[in-house]
Amino acid sequence: MLRFSKSKIIATMAVILIGLLLAVPSMMSREQREGYLNAIPSWVPSWLVPSRAIVLGLDLQGGSHVLLEVDNQDLLRGQITLLRDDVRRILRDTRVSSQNGIQTIQRGVQIRVPDAADRDRLLPRLRELSQPIGNAMLGQAGGNSIEINTSPDGVITMTYTEAGINERVRRAVDQSIEVIRRRVDSTGTTEPSIQRQGADRVLVQVPGLQDPQQLKALLGETGNLEFRLLAQQGATDVDMLPMEDAGGQRVPVERRVIAEGGDLTDAQPAFDTQTNQPIVNFRFNIRGAQRFGQATTENLGRQLAIVLDNRVISAPTIQSPITGGSGQISGSFTVEQVNNLAVLLRSGALPAKLTIVEERTVGPGLGRDSIEAGKMATYVAAVFVVIFMFATYGLFGLFANIALIVHVGLIFGLMSVLEATLTLPGIAGIVLTIGTAVDSNVLIYERIREEVRAGRSIVSGIQAGFDRAFATIVDSNSTMAIAAVILFFLGSGPVRGFAVVFILGILTTVLTAVTLTRMMIALWYHWMRPKALPF
Amino acid sequence: MRLIRLWPENSHFDFMRFRRFSFPLSAVISILTAVMLLSGGLHFGIDFQGGTLMEIQARSGQADVGQIRQTAQGFGFGDVEVQEFGSAGEVSLRFPIQEGGEAAQAAVVQKARDTFSAEYDFRRVETVGPRVSGELVQSGTIGVVLSVIAVLFYLWFRFERELAMASIIGTLHDIVLTIGFFVITGHEFNMTSIAAILTIVGYSLNETVVVFDRTRELMRRYKTMPAEELLNLSINHTMSRTIMTAMTTALSLLALVLFGGQAIQGFAQVMLYGVVICTYSAIFISSPMLIYIGLRGSEAVKVPEGRAAAAE
Repeated sequence: MLRFSKSKIIATMAVILIGLLLAVPSMMSREQREGYLNAIPSWVPSWLVPSRAIVLGLDLQGGSHVLLEVDNQDLLRGQITLLRDDVRRILRDTRVSSQNGIQTIQRGVQIRVPDAADRDRLLPRLRELSQPIGNAMLGQAGGNSIEINTSPDGVITMTYTEAGINERVRRAVDQSIEVIRRRVDSTGTTEPSIQRQGADRVLVQVPGLQDPQQLKALLGETGNLEFRLLAQQGATDVDMLPMEDAGGQRVPVERRVIAEGGDLTDAQPAFDTQTNQPIVNFRFNIRGAQRFGQATTENLGRQLAIVLDNRVISAPTIQSPITGGSGQISGSFTVEQVNNLAVLLRSGALPAKLTIVEERTVGPGLGRDSIEAGKMATYVAAVFVVIFMFATYGLFGLFANIALIVHVGLIFGLMSVLEATLTLPGIAGIVLTIGTAVDSNVLIYERIREEVRAGRSIVSGIQAGFDRAFATIVDSNSTMAIAAVILFFLGSGPVRGFAVVFILGILTTVLTAVTLTRMMIALWYHWMRPKALPF
Repeated sequence: MRLIRLWPENSHFDFMRFRRFSFPLSAVISILTAVMLLSGGLHFGIDFQGGTLMEIQARSGQADVGQIRQTAQGFGFGDVEVQEFGSAGEVSLRFPIQEGGEAAQAAVVQKARDTFSAEYDFRRVETVGPRVSGELVQSGTIGVVLSVIAVLFYLWFRFERELAMASIIGTLHDIVLTIGFFVITGHEFNMTSIAAILTIVGYSLNETVVVFDRTRELMRRYKTMPAEELLNLSINHTMSRTIMTAMTTALSLLALVLFGGQAIQGFAQVMLYGVVICTYSAIFISSPMLIYIGLRGSEAVKVPEGRAAAAE
């Protein structure tokens, strides 16, 4: 065992060298890293140059973490409204009338058609509304989105199935991510990360953002814009909506929508040339322009209702037909409100309301302090352990110390390659592994000492020490791994960062504390031919 | 150069005798923990209870805690915990969770920012709504339970029934005493605490496994040695390793406690305590437990001669 073949030595050294090289970019500041990357001649293929640096968690670099949840109730309400409109359309098309209109029930709608012949004409059309769920790969195992039941007395109930709602939520999250990305990008923040989390959540992480107030304001609005008309007296098909100018007083607004946010091609904040008030200029697409032009021509003198998320934000009087396809929204807005409104209109509406369920913001000062404190703790821990090992095991302690330094370097190298995130608990994990990594060396050395004391020669004592301690090393590392793996799967964010460091630490310790130390001891033995253990 | 030796060679210390003290001591602390836990015990952080936590720092370097408390109390968001910590005018504010679901929490942050941002920097703002905190409680609990189950499985494969039973008692003992640390000191209990508990579970098992590996080896060598003597021998053999590892781990955790900064200090303190508890329980709880469980159960005796010889 104490003979290490040349190829084995080279292989070990190569693995360690590559691991350490990968850690190099993480040790540099951003400017240094760019300088070094520029200094590398262009004929070197880029995959040969370690360039990735460890990603710092938001708790270390500062920034905002906002977890949003798609409001399922809001989404379902919207879906039911759509379903109601579809059913109304089909009733009109087939000339069937429901006895008591279209009733909205908890998860769908209900109509009453006592005549069997009418029902037979109606039902096939209603069934078209129910879409199969599931993708082409899985076939239609998921069932349908809407369940249709008919009772003997002619009541037709259409309800969204569990699977139908889930499917809708899933799609809503995908759509939301797109909309959120457009909105966050418009705030000019750098490198935001927007990810789906679980079934109905979106995690937005924005490094460097100190006050997420504007971000939250942008994400808190659905951004659903509608152009309608204020209802005239005696109109029946109306919604009572709060009007912002009038201090939230409710006003009747016609249900009919002339044009909506989806018809806009552009929206920009601006100032009114006459009143100098902040306004939003917008432009319609062809369809929107046509419908808007027609409506304004027919309703001269009446008041328009510009409705955002079921609030009337402005109600201008139509003074002349607007046929040019562009217009403006004015009201008592602040500059900031106008900016946000323009962003909302440009990015499109969210499929449903988003609720903030968790927010964590760390200022850059605290992040910097944490990094400094973490570095300090790491150095001090390393110095403590290095001195202690050397004082206890002498030359062998020195071997263990070299292995320890390589071990920490390898953790950084692996984290860089895996693009793992280093968090504050992660730093704690590194400090902790400094303490536990030498455990393997201690196990081996103590065993060697025992074996030699029991009468073995140095070489056979060393060999027996490594062999017998190995089973225990595997044991003690797997016990730690159990805890770390569970933590990885259950923890989130910072805590997961701790688990990652710990798992990597366990993997590298086998290479450094066992293979590397063994190699150093083997080489030492062959060069020095010692007569006694150095400890 | 003279090297340090923390434990003498060829020691014959009678560790088992101390079970007369260690068993009652651990029992009393465990019962105390259970009683305190049931009577309101743990001081949960916002991870598990929901609410809003803020850390602000006075730009002038001097914070007026009394005034902050009075102002924050006046917001009408319920009882506010205001604490000065660290140096240079750092103050933490903790607001309870607000009625009215997820959306209601945002108002707290808004109000506090509007009020204090003129004179204070906001170094940390965390808001956890009722749903997320509920889920964190769930995943934290699952984590601890799962780790115990995983440990059981590991021990089942790794050891004979008697050794496995003694180890699991030791691990449970360490979990209870760690929770006891939180209950008695009033340390905040949050997701990082769960990380600490799981790490302590790993460390605890590690300590027991090292001693029991030796116990098993000695059982094969000395087939007729009484349990008490055999266990003492195992601990004496592994003692210098136990002390070394406890020392290096404790030293690095000490570095974290002293220099790691306020945010990580709590975690480091618990871990430091955990290392002491795990080392203690491996020697004074799990090992002597074997005297009562019976060291040489059915399976241990059945080790075939051939395998026993090969292990020599």
